[in-house]
Amino acid sequence: MNFVSNSWTFQSRSEEATARLGVALASVLERGTVVALIGHLGAGKTRLVQAVATAAGVDRREVSSPTFVLVQEYEGRWPIYHFDVYRLGGDDEFLDLGAEEYLNGDGICFIEWADRLEGSLRPDLRITIGATGEFEREFRFETMSPGGMALLDRLKASIGPPESA
Amino acid sequence: MSEPMPDEVPQTSFGFSSRAGTRPRRLLCVESSCDETAAAIVDEDLRVLSSVVASQTALHARFGGVVPEVASRAHVERILPVLDEALREAETRLEDLCAISVVTNPGLVGSLLVGLTAAKTLAMILQIPLIAVNHIEAHLYACRLHARRDVFPAVGLVVSGGHSNLYHCREAVDFELLGSTIDDAAGEAFDKVAAILGLGFPGGPAVQQAASTGNPRAYRFPRSFLKEDRLEFSFSGLKTAVLYEVAGKPPAPYDAAQIPRQRVADLAASFQEAVVDVLVAKCRQALEASGLKTLCVGGGVAANARFRERLDEMRAGGIDVIVPPLSLCTDNAAMSAVAWESFHRGRFAGWDLDVTAGLVRKPRAVKPR
Repeated sequence: MNFVSNSWTFQSRSEEATARLGVALASVLERGTVVALIGHLGAGKTRLVQAVATAAGVDRREVSSPTFVLVQEYEGRWPIYHFDVYRLGGDDEFLDLGAEEYLNGDGICFIEWADRLEGSLRPDLRITIGATGEFEREFRFETMSPGGMALLDRLKASIGPPESA
Repeated sequence: MSEPMPDEVPQTSFGFSSRAGTRPRRLLCVESSCDETAAAIVDEDLRVLSSVVASQTALHARFGGVVPEVASRAHVERILPVLDEALREAETRLEDLCAISVVTNPGLVGSLLVGLTAAKTLAMILQIPLIAVNHIEAHLYACRLHARRDVFPAVGLVVSGGHSNLYHCREAVDFELLGSTIDDAAGEAFDKVAAILGLGFPGGPAVQQAASTGNPRAYRFPRSFLKEDRLEFSFSGLKTAVLYEVAGKPPAPYDAAQIPRQRVADLAASFQEAVVDVLVAKCRQALEASGLKTLCVGGGVAANARFRERLDEMRAGGIDVIVPPLSLCTDNAAMSAVAWESFHRGRFAGWDLDVTAGLVRKPRAVKPR
Protein backbone atom coordinates (compact mmCIF):
# COMPACT_ATOMS: atom_id res chain seq x y z
CA MET A 1 0.00 0.00 0.00
CA ASN A 2 2.73 2.44 -0.88
CA PHE A 3 0.82 4.14 -3.64
CA VAL A 4 -1.18 6.66 -1.63
CA SER A 5 -1.61 9.69 -3.81
CA ASN A 6 -1.38 13.21 -2.45
CA SER A 7 -3.39 14.98 -5.07
CA TRP A 8 -6.54 14.38 -7.07
CA THR A 9 -8.74 16.45 -9.35
CA PHE A 10 -12.50 16.22 -9.62
CA GLN A 11 -14.22 17.81 -12.60
CA SER A 12 -17.78 18.90 -11.94
CA ARG A 13 -19.97 19.68 -14.93
CA SER A 14 -22.98 20.87 -12.96
CA GLU A 15 -24.16 22.08 -9.57
CA GLU A 16 -25.63 18.59 -9.07
CA ALA A 17 -22.20 17.03 -9.46
CA THR A 18 -20.84 19.52 -6.91
CA ALA A 19 -23.60 18.45 -4.54
CA ARG A 20 -22.56 14.80 -5.08
CA LEU A 21 -18.99 15.74 -4.22
CA GLY A 22 -20.32 17.31 -1.01
CA VAL A 23 -22.13 14.10 -0.10
CA ALA A 24 -19.00 12.03 -0.77
CA LEU A 25 -16.84 14.41 1.27
CA ALA A 26 -19.31 14.31 4.16
CA SER A 27 -19.15 10.51 4.15
CA VAL A 28 -15.37 10.40 4.58
CA LEU A 29 -14.56 13.42 6.77
CA GLU A 30 -13.65 12.74 10.37
CA ARG A 31 -13.78 14.89 13.48
CA GLY A 32 -10.73 17.11 13.72
CA THR A 33 -10.20 17.40 9.96
CA VAL A 34 -9.09 20.83 8.78
CA VAL A 35 -9.98 21.69 5.18
CA ALA A 36 -8.49 24.72 3.42
CA LEU A 37 -10.60 26.18 0.61
CA ILE A 38 -8.97 28.26 -2.09
CA GLY A 39 -10.57 29.95 -5.08
CA HIS A 40 -11.50 33.35 -6.50
CA LEU A 41 -14.70 35.25 -5.71
CA GLY A 42 -17.65 33.23 -6.91
CA ALA A 43 -15.65 30.02 -7.39
CA GLY A 44 -18.02 28.13 -5.12
CA LYS A 45 -16.26 27.82 -1.74
CA THR A 46 -19.35 28.54 0.34
CA ARG A 47 -21.37 26.36 -2.04
CA LEU A 48 -19.13 23.36 -1.35
CA VAL A 49 -19.39 23.86 2.43
CA GLN A 50 -23.16 24.06 2.00
CA ALA A 51 -23.11 20.76 0.13
CA VAL A 52 -21.06 19.02 2.83
CA ALA A 53 -23.03 20.53 5.71
CA THR A 54 -26.36 19.62 4.14
CA ALA A 55 -25.15 16.05 3.66
CA ALA A 56 -24.15 16.04 7.35
CA GLY A 57 -27.66 16.97 8.42
CA VAL A 58 -27.45 20.74 8.70
CA ASP A 59 -30.37 22.81 7.38
CA ARG A 60 -29.08 24.41 4.15
CA ARG A 61 -30.56 27.74 5.22
CA GLU A 62 -28.20 27.85 8.18
CA VAL A 63 -25.13 27.74 5.97
CA SER A 64 -24.25 31.16 4.59
CA SER A 65 -21.09 33.07 3.86
CA PRO A 66 -19.09 33.82 7.02
CA THR A 67 -17.12 36.65 5.36
CA PHE A 68 -18.44 39.29 7.73
CA VAL A 69 -18.89 37.28 10.91
CA LEU A 70 -15.59 35.42 10.26
CA VAL A 71 -16.71 32.09 11.70
CA GLN A 72 -20.01 30.24 11.81
CA GLU A 73 -20.79 27.07 13.69
CA TYR A 74 -23.20 24.42 12.50
CA GLU A 75 -24.38 21.36 14.37
CA GLY A 76 -24.61 18.37 12.07
CA ARG A 77 -23.37 14.80 12.38
CA TRP A 78 -20.31 16.55 13.77
CA PRO A 79 -19.81 20.24 14.56
CA ILE A 80 -18.74 22.25 11.52
CA TYR A 81 -16.67 25.41 11.98
CA HIS A 82 -16.95 27.52 8.84
CA PHE A 83 -14.26 30.23 8.65
CA ASP A 84 -13.72 32.96 6.13
CA VAL A 85 -10.44 34.85 6.40
CA TYR A 86 -11.15 37.18 3.44
CA ARG A 87 -11.24 40.25 5.70
CA LEU A 88 -8.32 39.31 7.89
CA GLY A 89 -4.90 40.89 7.72
CA GLY A 90 -3.03 37.63 8.17
CA ASP A 91 -2.04 34.86 10.52
CA ASP A 92 -1.95 36.98 13.68
CA GLU A 93 -5.54 38.09 13.31
CA PHE A 94 -6.61 34.53 12.55
CA LEU A 95 -5.00 33.26 15.74
CA ASP A 96 -6.47 36.21 17.67
CA LEU A 97 -9.92 34.87 16.83
CA GLY A 98 -9.15 31.87 18.97
CA ALA A 99 -8.77 29.78 15.84
CA GLU A 100 -6.51 27.22 17.50
CA GLU A 101 -9.33 26.10 19.77
CA TYR A 102 -11.43 25.37 16.72
CA LEU A 103 -8.59 23.76 14.76
CA ASN A 104 -7.76 21.42 17.63
CA GLY A 105 -11.41 20.84 18.42
CA ASP A 106 -13.82 18.00 17.84
CA GLY A 107 -15.39 19.30 14.66
CA ILE A 108 -14.57 19.78 10.99
CA CYS A 109 -13.01 23.12 10.08
CA PHE A 110 -13.49 24.68 6.66
CA ILE A 111 -11.40 27.77 6.00
CA GLU A 112 -12.34 29.90 3.01
CA TRP A 113 -9.55 32.04 1.46
CA ALA A 114 -7.00 29.90 3.34
CA ASP A 115 -4.29 31.06 0.92
CA ARG A 116 -4.35 34.38 2.80
CA LEU A 117 -2.87 32.59 5.81
CA GLU A 118 0.77 31.80 5.38
CA GLY A 119 2.17 30.04 8.37
CA SER A 120 -0.49 29.27 10.92
CA LEU A 121 -2.49 26.72 9.01
CA ARG A 122 -1.61 23.05 8.57
CA PRO A 123 -4.66 21.73 6.75
CA ASP A 124 -5.30 18.02 6.33
CA LEU A 125 -6.86 18.75 2.98
CA ARG A 126 -6.46 21.64 0.59
CA ILE A 127 -9.16 22.14 -2.04
CA THR A 128 -8.51 24.60 -4.83
CA ILE A 129 -11.64 25.45 -6.78
CA GLY A 130 -11.43 26.86 -10.27
CA ALA A 131 -14.28 27.86 -12.57
CA THR A 132 -13.95 26.18 -15.96
CA GLY A 133 -17.30 27.51 -17.22
CA GLU A 134 -20.50 29.03 -15.88
CA PHE A 135 -21.50 25.91 -13.93
CA GLU A 136 -18.41 23.77 -14.48
CA ARG A 137 -15.89 23.61 -11.68
CA GLU A 138 -12.55 21.92 -11.11
CA PHE A 139 -11.78 20.80 -7.56
CA ARG A 140 -8.13 20.06 -6.94
CA PHE A 141 -7.49 18.15 -3.73
CA GLU A 142 -4.03 18.14 -2.15
CA THR A 143 -2.75 16.73 1.09
CA MET A 144 0.55 16.36 2.88
CA SER A 145 -0.54 14.35 5.89
CA PRO A 146 -0.96 10.57 6.10
CA GLY A 147 -4.47 11.08 7.51
CA GLY A 148 -5.29 13.35 4.60
CA MET A 149 -3.98 10.82 2.09
CA ALA A 150 -6.15 8.09 3.55
CA LEU A 151 -9.09 10.46 3.52
CA LEU A 152 -8.45 11.29 -0.13
CA ASP A 153 -8.33 7.59 -1.04
CA ARG A 154 -11.67 7.03 0.69
CA LEU A 155 -13.10 10.04 -1.11
CA LYS A 156 -12.04 8.71 -4.52
CA ALA A 157 -13.54 5.34 -3.70
CA SER A 158 -16.73 6.97 -2.49
CA ILE A 159 -17.32 9.13 -5.51
CA GLY A 160 -16.51 6.46 -8.07
CA PRO A 161 -14.95 6.69 -11.51
CA PRO A 162 -14.66 10.07 -13.30
CA GLU A 163 -17.40 9.40 -15.87
CA SER A 164 -20.00 9.50 -13.08
CA ALA A 165 -19.03 13.10 -12.40
CA MET B 1 -31.86 35.80 25.97
CA SER B 2 -31.35 34.28 29.40
CA GLU B 3 -34.29 33.51 31.58
CA PRO B 4 -34.98 36.17 34.16
CA MET B 5 -33.39 35.25 37.44
CA PRO B 6 -34.99 37.67 39.85
CA ASP B 7 -33.42 36.00 42.88
CA GLU B 8 -30.00 37.11 41.72
CA VAL B 9 -30.99 40.65 40.91
CA PRO B 10 -30.65 43.12 43.75
CA GLN B 11 -34.22 44.33 44.16
CA THR B 12 -33.30 47.33 46.25
CA SER B 13 -31.47 49.14 43.47
CA PHE B 14 -34.41 49.40 41.03
CA GLY B 15 -36.32 52.33 42.36
CA PHE B 16 -33.81 55.06 43.03
CA SER B 17 -36.55 56.38 45.25
CA SER B 18 -34.45 59.33 46.35
CA ARG B 19 -34.27 60.50 42.73
CA ALA B 20 -37.69 59.33 41.61
CA GLY B 21 -39.55 62.07 39.84
CA THR B 22 -36.51 64.23 39.35
CA ARG B 23 -35.25 62.84 36.06
CA PRO B 24 -35.64 59.76 33.85
CA ARG B 25 -33.59 56.74 34.76
CA ARG B 26 -30.46 55.98 32.70
CA LEU B 27 -29.26 52.82 31.00
CA LEU B 28 -25.70 52.04 29.90
CA CYS B 29 -25.53 50.01 26.68
CA VAL B 30 -22.38 48.01 25.86
CA GLU B 31 -21.63 46.48 22.47
CA SER B 32 -18.62 44.51 21.18
CA SER B 33 -20.29 42.11 18.79
CA CYS B 34 -18.05 42.37 15.75
CA ASP B 35 -15.87 45.13 14.39
CA GLU B 36 -17.06 47.86 16.71
CA THR B 37 -16.55 48.61 20.36
CA ALA B 38 -19.41 50.89 21.35
CA ALA B 39 -21.24 52.28 24.36
CA ALA B 40 -24.23 54.55 24.82
CA ILE B 41 -26.36 56.09 27.52
CA VAL B 42 -30.08 56.10 26.79
CA ASP B 43 -32.63 57.33 29.27
CA GLU B 44 -36.04 55.93 30.09
CA ASP B 45 -37.71 58.32 27.66
CA LEU B 46 -35.52 56.78 24.92
CA ARG B 47 -33.38 59.88 24.55
CA VAL B 48 -29.85 59.06 23.41
CA LEU B 49 -27.64 61.04 25.77
CA SER B 50 -24.43 59.70 24.23
CA SER B 51 -23.44 57.14 21.62
CA VAL B 52 -19.77 56.36 21.21
CA VAL B 53 -18.41 54.04 18.52
CA ALA B 54 -14.67 53.44 18.73
CA SER B 55 -13.93 53.54 15.00
CA GLN B 56 -15.93 56.71 14.48
CA THR B 57 -14.31 58.88 17.09
CA ALA B 58 -10.98 60.35 18.02
CA LEU B 59 -10.46 57.21 20.05
CA HIS B 60 -9.95 55.33 16.81
CA ALA B 61 -7.10 57.61 15.80
CA ARG B 62 -5.60 57.25 19.26
CA PHE B 63 -5.28 53.50 18.72
CA GLY B 64 -4.28 53.82 15.07
CA GLY B 65 -6.69 51.02 14.33
CA VAL B 66 -7.58 49.71 10.92
CA VAL B 67 -11.07 48.61 9.95
CA PRO B 68 -11.97 45.85 10.40
CA GLU B 69 -10.38 45.38 13.79
CA VAL B 70 -11.57 41.93 14.60
CA ALA B 71 -9.32 40.82 17.40
CA SER B 72 -10.78 40.64 20.86
CA ARG B 73 -7.53 42.27 22.03
CA ALA B 74 -8.64 45.41 20.20
CA HIS B 75 -11.95 45.38 22.06
CA VAL B 76 -10.05 44.97 25.33
CA GLU B 77 -7.98 48.06 24.56
CA ARG B 78 -10.99 50.14 23.58
CA ILE B 79 -13.72 49.12 25.97
CA LEU B 80 -12.77 51.26 28.98
CA PRO B 81 -12.04 54.46 27.01
CA VAL B 82 -15.32 53.98 25.12
CA LEU B 83 -17.28 53.51 28.36
CA ASP B 84 -15.58 56.56 29.87
CA GLU B 85 -16.40 58.64 26.83
CA ALA B 86 -20.05 57.56 26.78
CA LEU B 87 -20.47 58.47 30.46
CA ARG B 88 -18.63 61.76 30.06
CA GLU B 89 -20.61 62.89 26.99
CA ALA B 90 -23.87 62.06 28.75
CA GLU B 91 -22.70 63.79 31.94
CA THR B 92 -23.58 60.62 33.75
CA ARG B 93 -21.87 59.09 36.77
CA LEU B 94 -21.77 55.34 37.24
CA GLU B 95 -24.03 55.65 40.25
CA ASP B 96 -26.65 57.40 38.07
CA LEU B 97 -27.18 54.18 36.09
CA CYS B 98 -30.17 51.96 36.81
CA ALA B 99 -29.22 49.05 34.52
CA ILE B 100 -26.60 47.85 32.04
CA SER B 101 -27.33 46.14 28.76
CA VAL B 102 -24.89 44.09 26.73
CA VAL B 103 -25.03 42.46 23.30
CA THR B 104 -24.52 38.71 23.68
CA ASN B 105 -25.50 37.46 20.21
CA PRO B 106 -24.55 37.14 17.42
CA GLY B 107 -20.84 37.74 17.00
CA LEU B 108 -17.43 36.31 17.66
CA VAL B 109 -17.22 34.69 21.06
CA GLY B 110 -13.92 36.39 21.93
CA SER B 111 -15.26 39.83 20.99
CA LEU B 112 -18.62 39.41 22.71
CA LEU B 113 -16.94 38.25 25.90
CA VAL B 114 -15.09 41.56 26.24
CA GLY B 115 -18.32 43.55 26.37
CA LEU B 116 -20.00 40.96 28.53
CA THR B 117 -17.19 40.92 31.08
CA ALA B 118 -17.17 44.71 31.31
CA ALA B 119 -20.96 44.93 31.62
CA LYS B 120 -21.19 42.13 34.15
CA THR B 121 -18.42 43.56 36.30
CA LEU B 122 -20.00 47.01 36.38
CA ALA B 123 -23.46 45.60 37.11
CA MET B 124 -22.07 43.55 39.99
CA ILE B 125 -20.15 46.45 41.49
CA LEU B 126 -23.05 48.86 41.11
CA GLN B 127 -25.59 46.23 42.18
CA ILE B 128 -27.86 47.00 39.25
CA PRO B 129 -29.56 44.63 36.78
CA LEU B 130 -27.90 43.23 33.68
CA ILE B 131 -29.90 42.88 30.45
CA ALA B 132 -28.97 40.77 27.40
CA VAL B 133 -29.50 42.20 23.93
CA ASN B 134 -29.53 40.57 20.50
CA HIS B 135 -27.56 42.72 18.05
CA ILE B 136 -29.90 42.13 15.12
CA GLU B 137 -33.06 42.87 17.09
CA ALA B 138 -31.36 46.02 18.31
CA HIS B 139 -30.87 47.10 14.67
CA LEU B 140 -34.67 47.15 14.29
CA TYR B 141 -35.17 48.95 17.57
CA ALA B 142 -33.17 51.79 16.03
CA CYS B 143 -36.40 52.43 14.09
CA ARG B 144 -38.34 52.75 17.34
CA LEU B 145 -35.69 55.13 18.71
CA HIS B 146 -35.79 57.24 15.58
CA ALA B 147 -39.59 57.29 15.20
CA ARG B 148 -40.14 58.24 18.87
CA ARG B 149 -43.45 56.34 18.78
CA ASP B 150 -44.63 52.74 18.81
CA VAL B 151 -43.72 51.08 15.53
CA PHE B 152 -44.50 47.44 16.30
CA PRO B 153 -46.03 45.19 15.05
CA ALA B 154 -44.02 45.54 11.86
CA VAL B 155 -42.07 43.70 9.22
CA GLY B 156 -38.37 44.15 10.00
CA LEU B 157 -35.50 43.96 7.53
CA VAL B 158 -31.91 43.96 8.77
CA VAL B 159 -29.43 44.36 5.90
CA SER B 160 -25.75 44.68 6.67
CA GLY B 161 -22.39 43.16 5.87
CA GLY B 162 -23.23 40.07 7.85
CA HIS B 163 -27.02 39.82 7.70
CA SER B 164 -29.96 39.97 5.35
CA ASN B 165 -32.83 38.96 7.60
CA LEU B 166 -36.58 39.49 7.41
CA TYR B 167 -38.59 39.37 10.62
CA HIS B 168 -42.17 39.51 11.76
CA CYS B 169 -41.81 41.80 14.77
CA ARG B 170 -44.86 41.29 16.98
CA GLU B 171 -43.47 43.65 19.56
CA ALA B 172 -40.08 45.10 20.45
CA VAL B 173 -38.83 41.89 22.04
CA ASP B 174 -40.83 39.28 20.14
CA PHE B 175 -39.38 38.65 16.69
CA GLU B 176 -39.93 35.73 14.35
CA LEU B 177 -37.32 35.17 11.63
CA LEU B 178 -39.17 34.90 8.30
CA GLY B 179 -36.12 34.33 6.15
CA SER B 180 -32.50 35.22 5.56
CA THR B 181 -29.78 34.89 2.96
CA ILE B 182 -28.85 31.41 1.85
CA ASP B 183 -25.35 32.54 0.86
CA ASP B 184 -23.90 36.09 0.90
CA ALA B 185 -25.38 39.00 2.84
CA ALA B 186 -26.34 42.10 0.84
CA GLY B 187 -23.59 44.23 2.37
CA GLU B 188 -21.05 41.53 1.67
CA ALA B 189 -22.10 41.51 -1.99
CA PHE B 190 -21.47 45.28 -2.09
CA ASP B 191 -17.99 44.75 -0.60
CA LYS B 192 -17.10 41.98 -3.01
CA VAL B 193 -18.43 43.73 -6.10
CA ALA B 194 -16.44 46.79 -5.03
CA ALA B 195 -13.37 44.52 -4.94
CA ILE B 196 -14.20 43.10 -8.38
CA LEU B 197 -14.55 46.63 -9.80
CA GLY B 198 -11.46 47.92 -7.97
CA LEU B 199 -13.48 50.42 -5.94
CA GLY B 200 -11.99 49.88 -2.49
CA PHE B 201 -13.41 49.25 0.98
CA PRO B 202 -15.96 49.65 2.46
CA GLY B 203 -17.88 48.62 -0.62
CA GLY B 204 -21.29 50.14 0.15
CA PRO B 205 -20.37 53.82 -0.19
CA ALA B 206 -17.86 53.06 -2.98
CA VAL B 207 -20.39 51.22 -5.16
CA GLN B 208 -23.06 53.85 -4.48
CA GLN B 209 -20.63 56.60 -5.52
CA ALA B 210 -19.67 54.83 -8.74
CA ALA B 211 -23.31 53.98 -9.47
CA SER B 212 -24.37 57.61 -9.27
CA THR B 213 -23.13 58.23 -12.81
CA GLY B 214 -24.08 54.81 -14.18
CA ASN B 215 -27.04 53.35 -16.03
CA PRO B 216 -28.91 50.86 -13.82
CA ARG B 217 -30.31 49.15 -16.94
CA ALA B 218 -26.98 48.73 -18.74
CA TYR B 219 -26.59 45.13 -17.56
CA ARG B 220 -29.32 42.67 -16.71
CA PHE B 221 -28.05 40.94 -13.57
CA PRO B 222 -29.93 38.11 -11.85
CA ARG B 223 -32.49 38.83 -9.13
CA SER B 224 -32.67 35.60 -7.13
CA PHE B 225 -36.09 34.40 -5.92
CA LEU B 226 -37.68 37.68 -7.12
CA LYS B 227 -40.79 35.98 -8.44
CA GLU B 228 -40.87 33.22 -5.83
CA ASP B 229 -42.88 33.26 -2.61
CA ARG B 230 -39.95 32.21 -0.43
CA LEU B 231 -38.78 35.00 1.85
CA GLU B 232 -35.11 34.27 1.32
CA PHE B 233 -32.24 36.09 -0.28
CA SER B 234 -29.32 34.92 -2.42
CA PHE B 235 -26.68 37.40 -3.54
CA SER B 236 -23.83 35.03 -4.40
CA GLY B 237 -25.03 34.45 -7.98
CA LEU B 238 -25.35 38.18 -8.51
CA LYS B 239 -21.79 38.75 -7.32
CA THR B 240 -20.56 35.98 -9.65
CA ALA B 241 -22.54 37.45 -12.57
CA VAL B 242 -20.73 40.77 -12.09
CA LEU B 243 -17.40 38.90 -12.01
CA TYR B 244 -18.25 37.04 -15.23
CA GLU B 245 -19.24 40.30 -16.91
CA VAL B 246 -15.89 41.81 -15.95
CA ALA B 247 -13.56 38.82 -16.29
CA GLY B 248 -15.35 36.47 -18.65
CA LYS B 249 -16.62 32.94 -18.21
CA PRO B 250 -14.57 31.30 -16.75
CA PRO B 251 -12.92 34.36 -15.25
CA ALA B 252 -9.51 35.30 -16.62
CA PRO B 253 -7.02 37.55 -14.82
CA TYR B 254 -7.77 41.23 -15.38
CA ASP B 255 -6.69 44.63 -14.14
CA ALA B 256 -9.61 46.47 -12.53
CA ALA B 257 -7.83 49.79 -13.11
CA GLN B 258 -8.12 49.20 -16.88
CA ILE B 259 -11.95 48.94 -16.88
CA PRO B 260 -13.32 52.13 -18.50
CA ARG B 261 -14.83 54.48 -15.95
CA GLN B 262 -18.28 54.52 -17.54
CA ARG B 263 -18.37 50.72 -17.65
CA VAL B 264 -17.53 50.60 -13.93
CA ALA B 265 -20.33 53.10 -13.27
CA ASP B 266 -22.83 51.09 -15.34
CA LEU B 267 -21.79 47.81 -13.70
CA ALA B 268 -22.09 49.37 -10.22
CA ALA B 269 -25.48 50.92 -10.99
CA SER B 270 -26.85 47.71 -12.53
CA PHE B 271 -25.61 45.64 -9.59
CA GLN B 272 -27.02 48.09 -7.04
CA GLU B 273 -30.37 48.12 -8.82
CA ALA B 274 -30.53 44.31 -8.73
CA VAL B 275 -29.85 44.24 -4.96
CA VAL B 276 -32.38 46.97 -4.25
CA ASP B 277 -35.02 45.34 -6.50
CA VAL B 278 -34.76 42.14 -4.48
CA LEU B 279 -34.73 43.85 -1.07
CA VAL B 280 -37.81 45.91 -1.94
CA ALA B 281 -39.66 42.96 -3.48
CA LYS B 282 -39.07 40.73 -0.46
CA CYS B 283 -40.21 43.50 1.93
CA ARG B 284 -43.39 43.87 -0.12
CA GLN B 285 -43.96 40.10 -0.05
CA ALA B 286 -43.48 39.98 3.71
CA LEU B 287 -45.87 42.90 4.21
CA GLU B 288 -48.49 41.26 2.02
CA ALA B 289 -48.10 37.84 3.64
CA SER B 290 -48.36 39.25 7.16
CA GLY B 291 -50.99 41.91 6.45
CA LEU B 292 -48.79 44.45 8.26
CA LYS B 293 -48.53 48.05 7.11
CA THR B 294 -45.33 49.04 8.87
CA LEU B 295 -41.79 48.30 7.65
CA CYS B 296 -38.72 48.84 9.83
CA VAL B 297 -35.34 48.76 8.10
CA GLY B 298 -31.98 48.62 9.86
CA GLY B 299 -28.33 47.78 9.20
CA GLY B 300 -25.57 49.41 7.18
CA VAL B 301 -27.15 48.77 3.75
CA ALA B 302 -30.13 50.88 4.87
CA ALA B 303 -27.75 53.81 4.40
CA ASN B 304 -27.77 53.19 0.62
CA ALA B 305 -29.34 56.19 -1.14
CA ARG B 306 -30.95 54.22 -3.97
CA PHE B 307 -32.53 51.82 -1.46
CA ARG B 308 -33.88 54.81 0.47
CA GLU B 309 -35.38 56.26 -2.72
CA ARG B 310 -37.19 53.02 -3.38
CA LEU B 311 -38.38 52.89 0.24
CA ASP B 312 -39.75 56.39 -0.22
CA GLU B 313 -41.82 55.03 -3.11
CA MET B 314 -43.24 52.38 -0.78
CA ARG B 315 -44.06 55.11 1.70
CA ALA B 316 -45.97 56.94 -1.03
CA GLY B 317 -47.88 53.69 -1.55
CA GLY B 318 -49.24 53.83 1.99
CA ILE B 319 -46.68 51.74 3.90
CA ASP B 320 -45.32 53.25 7.09
CA VAL B 321 -41.62 52.85 6.31
CA ILE B 322 -39.18 53.66 9.08
CA VAL B 323 -35.48 54.00 8.30
CA PRO B 324 -33.21 55.46 10.96
CA PRO B 325 -30.52 58.02 10.14
CA LEU B 326 -27.10 56.75 9.13
CA SER B 327 -25.64 56.89 12.65
CA LEU B 328 -28.33 54.50 13.87
CA CYS B 329 -28.12 52.21 10.79
CA THR B 330 -24.47 51.29 11.11
CA ASP B 331 -23.30 49.46 14.23
CA ASN B 332 -23.82 51.46 17.41
CA ALA B 333 -24.75 50.90 21.04
CA ALA B 334 -27.69 53.33 21.26
CA MET B 335 -29.94 50.86 19.47
CA SER B 336 -29.44 48.55 22.45
CA ALA B 337 -32.03 50.82 24.07
CA VAL B 338 -34.25 47.84 23.25
CA ALA B 339 -33.06 46.74 26.70
CA TRP B 340 -35.57 49.20 28.18
CA GLU B 341 -38.30 46.92 26.82
CA SER B 342 -36.78 44.03 28.74
CA PHE B 343 -36.31 46.28 31.77
CA HIS B 344 -39.98 47.19 31.88
CA ARG B 345 -40.94 43.53 31.48
CA GLY B 346 -38.61 42.47 34.28
CA ARG B 347 -36.51 40.35 31.93
CA PHE B 348 -33.12 40.50 33.57
CA ALA B 349 -30.14 38.27 33.05
CA GLY B 350 -28.46 36.26 35.76
CA TRP B 351 -24.79 36.53 36.58
CA ASP B 352 -24.28 33.34 34.58
CA LEU B 353 -25.20 35.20 31.37
CA ASP B 354 -23.08 33.86 28.50
CA VAL B 355 -22.54 34.80 24.88
CA THR B 356 -23.85 32.87 21.89
CA ALA B 357 -22.02 32.98 18.59
CA GLY B 358 -23.64 33.18 15.22
CA LEU B 359 -27.21 33.42 14.11
CA VAL B 360 -28.56 30.41 15.93
CA ARG B 361 -32.03 29.25 15.11
CA LYS B 362 -32.31 27.03 18.13
CA PRO B 363 -30.78 28.99 21.03
CA ARG B 364 -27.75 27.12 22.26
CA ALA B 365 -25.16 28.17 24.77
CA VAL B 366 -21.54 28.15 23.69
CA LYS B 367 -19.87 25.19 25.30
CA PRO B 368 -16.81 25.97 27.34
CA ARG B 369 -13.79 24.09 26.09
